[in-house]
This record gives sequence, C-alpha cells and structure tokens, in this order.
Amino acid sequence: MKTERVWLAPVLSALFFAVFVGIWHLATVKPVGEVVVDPEYAALIGAAAATGGQSAMPGPGDVASTIWQHLRDPFYDRGTNDKGIGTQLVYSIGRVLTGFALAALVAIPLGFVIGMSPLVYKALDPFIQILKPISPLAWMPLALYTIKDSNISAVFVIFICSLWPMLVNTAFGVASVRKDWLNVARTLEVPRLRTAFRVILPAAAPTLMTGMRISIGIAWLVIVAAEMLVGGTGIGYFVWNEWNNLSITNIITAILFIGLVGMVLDSLLAQLTRAVTYKE
Amino acid sequence: MSQPFLKIEGLTKRYPGAGGKSDFTVFENLFFGIEKGEFACIIGHSGCGKTTILNVLAGLEAATEGVAVMDGREISGPSLERGVVFQSHALLPWLSALGNVAFGVRSRWPRWSAKQVEAHSTRYLEMVHLGAALHKKPAELSGGMKQRVGIARAFAIEPKMLLLDEPFGALDALTRGSIQDELLAIVQATHQTVFMITHDVDEAILLADKVLLMSNGPYARIAEIVEITIPRERTRATIHHDPQYYRIRNHLVDFLVNRSKTYANEERGRGDPLHPPIVRPGLEGSAQVVALAKAAAPVASPPLPSPAVRNRSN
Repeated sequence: MKTERVWLAPVLSALFFAVFVGIWHLATVKPVGEVVVDPEYAALIGAAAATGGQSAMPGPGDVASTIWQHLRDPFYDRGTNDKGIGTQLVYSIGRVLTGFALAALVAIPLGFVIGMSPLVYKALDPFIQILKPISPLAWMPLALYTIKDSNISAVFVIFICSLWPMLVNTAFGVASVRKDWLNVARTLEVPRLRTAFRVILPAAAPTLMTGMRISIGIAWLVIVAAEMLVGGTGIGYFVWNEWNNLSITNIITAILFIGLVGMVLDSLLAQLTRAVTYKE
Repeated sequence: MSQPFLKIEGLTKRYPGAGGKSDFTVFENLFFGIEKGEFACIIGHSGCGKTTILNVLAGLEAATEGVAVMDGREISGPSLERGVVFQSHALLPWLSALGNVAFGVRSRWPRWSAKQVEAHSTRYLEMVHLGAALHKKPAELSGGMKQRVGIARAFAIEPKMLLLDEPFGALDALTRGSIQDELLAIVQATHQTVFMITHDVDEAILLADKVLLMSNGPYARIAEIVEITIPRERTRATIHHDPQYYRIRNHLVDFLVNRSKTYANEERGRGDPLHPPIVRPGLEGSAQVVALAKAAAPVASPPLPSPAVRNRSN
C-alpha cells in the first residue's frame, strides 16, 4: 500500500520558497566597486546616490531585517506619517469589518426578501444588475462630496463593494431552499418567522456564507486602493507613503502583510462556512 | 346519513393549457370517503395524479374543482391535524433525528417545556426502533432509518389522519419489509386513519383496508374500490397463506397491467363517478365487478374466510 507522505507538500513549498529567495538574492546583489561618488557625499545624499543615482531593489536580507523591525515594534506612533505597520493594519481591518458588517446588516435581510418574493426580485433586479459591476472606487468622489469625511467615505466604499456578493448569494440561497423542507414546515404549521429562522436560514447558510467570504475578499482588495485615495491612516496609505519615501523594502513588507491578513480573514470565514455546512 | 371521516367530492385538477391549447385535466370528478381508523391505499400508474390528490389532502395544493372535507371541515390549507410522510423523507439535514421530530412536536404543543418535547419525541423515535440513533444527523442514517424518522415525525404530532406519499419507494426490499411491519404494528395499535400512495401491490394488501384503483391519466378516475377482505391481524410472514391473498393480488395486478389502460379509453363516461364500484375479489366471484354502492352506501364488514379454509392453507 502506498504510504501517504504528508510532509512532501510542505517540503516542496519550502523548496520553492528557497528557489524564489535565491533568484531574488542573485538578481539584487549589489555590484562591487561601482561606487564612484565620494563616500561623504553619499552619506549626505543617501543610498540612491551611493549606487550611482539608481534606487536599488532591496534583496531578501534587507526585506527580512525590515520585517523583523516591524514585528518588534508594530504599534508605535510617531506622528501622522510614521505609524507602526500593526497600527495601520488595525485601522484597515477596522474599516473593512465596519463596512462589511453594515453591508451584512443590509444585504442579508434584503436578500431574504428578494429570495422569498419573485416579485421583489424582478423589481429590484435591474438596479442590482446595474449597480453590481460598478467599481467601488467610482463611488469615492460622490461619497467624499456627500459625507464630507474621508474615513466614513472609505467605510462606505467597503460597504458598497461587500454588499453585492452577499445580497446576490443570500437571495439565491433563499430562493433555492428545497421545496420539500418548506412543505414540511407548512404541514407542521410552523409560523412564518420561525420557518425563516429555523428552515430557510440554516438551509441557505452555506450559500450565504460563501457570499460573505467573497465579500470580505473583495473588501480587503478594495481597502488598499481606497486608503491610497483618502490618506491619513491604514495600510493602503502606508504603502503610498512609503512609495513617496521611496522605501521599497517597506512596500514589500506591507505587501506581505496585506497578503497575510487577507489569508487570515478568508480562512476565518472558511471555517465559519464549514461550521454551517450540512451534509444531505 | 352518517358522513365518512374524510370525504372527497368532485375533486378535479386541471392545468391551464399553454398558448391557447386546451386545459390538461389530470383527474376529474373523484368521489370517495375514508372512515375513521381506516387504512386506504391508492394505486395507479404514474401521471394519474396520486401525489396531487395527496397534496390536496395535505393542503399543500389546491384542487381546480371539488372539495375535501375532513372531520366536518373543509381542507383549505396545511394543518397539524394531518401528518405527512414525504417520499423523499424531507428531513432537515442540519438537525439530528431527535431535532427533526422535535421540530414538529414543538409546533404542535408550543407551550411544552424542552424536556417534555424531548421526551415525547424520543418516545416516537423509540417506537420506530431508532432509540439508539437519536442524535445522529440524517446524513449518518441509512435510507430506511431516514424514512423511519419521517414516520416518527408524522406520528409524533398525533394527527387525525396520516398521509403517506409512497414512503418506501426508494428502499430495498428487505428494509421495506421491516418498516412495513413497524408501520403495521403502529397503525394497528393506534387505529390511525391513513391515506397512502403506493406502487407495491403486496404492500397495499398487507396494510390496507381498502385500495382505490385509479385509471390512467389524463382524465384519471377512481375505477374501483377494492376491499381487502383479509382479517386485520395480518403479518408479513403469514399473509400470503390466506386464501384471499392471491385472489386480491391477481385482481389488483390484473387491473394495473390490463384494465387501467383500457378503462381510461373505453369506460370513460360510463358508470357513476359518485359511487365507484366496490369490489371484493374472491368473495363475489373471481375479479367480478359488482356495483354495490347504490344498494347500500356504508358497506357492511365483509365476512371472514372460514377457519377451515385458513387452516388448510397453513
């Protein structure tokens, strides 16, 4: 019998990572003896001048040391433009969760109504179809103009982009609840509200959770762009700020953390989905 | 004149024809009654509207014409007075067996405490021998066990009438047999009024007091009502030794194989739809159709086969 080699995949992952880091290192190795400028001048101007006017792509070692520095002190606050990466991430996560929660509050009850009533579905469908494909960032100017608060505007953009997947999935899940289950509730004279919470909700829960998972993924994608626009705080602003500082190491670090947080958010919702999934 | 417990009068189901075509009539002008404590089976080929009749009785579907009256009240919607066992068991997969039964019990007696609901539900699950599987989810149960939970759920609300939509259709023969035995025992103990759809002639003979034979659709009708004249104390192991058994069986099979088709064409419009002929195969000449209904509406209980005949067949 073939023995299952569970360790093989992680080992392979580590190997891929090592190859990637190796290539990265070789590609960014600084050529020796090319420093033509006066060292004092270089110290005065900065690293860019030291390498002959070009900004150097950092190597894996530089990035690793930056990550280590950020990890050692993630939550410092030294003024508007110098906050720890942890602090910035907390701002972003806060906005995403607020917008996402507000969207859920609207999308789930509305999705229920749309799913249960073909009439409401037909009446609202044209609006949903037109509003759904709009890039959430296109709402930003309108939000800034009406709300007049950049922070709330960012939350609004998250709200708008999280709304549609949840709405559409909830409506679909509710509309496709097995007729048999509804008939069971009807023959047992279960009141409408109890049917909604005890039959339709658990039956539609897996579809609904899938919608939530798509939503949080999109929200996390959008928050970076939204924060680049509104500025002030957040990981998106951090990335843009470091671009202005020309600190490629910090940008790469931020990219890595954005990916990690996105993964955690997704796996949290994946676990919730698994919890409400039933086998037939 | 005494009214039967359940009375069907002029029941008709038509579906409107699409695009100017004439309406499609599944069945029309059905008249029959079921007495309290009686077990009635309905047999007919697919498409004769058996499930529609059951859905009308359950209150899930509305008939185009005609009424169904149970216990003096017209059936106008679903009610806890009628328990339904669905063909596809229709258990809620996120609830345990106990949860599924309790779901109905809580609806039937909203004032009961959680303990009362659980005790009552457990009792009915134990009745169908699922005492060991109370907390299992439907996905962990076999097909037969799922259908047992469905039966327990329907019985647990203590309905006035039980409606069974081909409950054993999807089960293998051995499982079907053992659940039939359980159902037989429960029904005999509780004197439950039952209306059941089946395709299985042997099942109908084992369980039913009378069998409604439906002609083929469209325009399906109740061709005749066959009384099962075998004494009520039946068991699956011995019923085929009863001298009546094969006479009834032959009559039913004969109808399904040959006459249900021709009946739809030839005999349509003949006879009195208000009083479908009542037949007692073997007692009034083999498979002879006798229109008794006009003579005496409530049919007297059929004479039992003589003990001598029964002993010989054993």
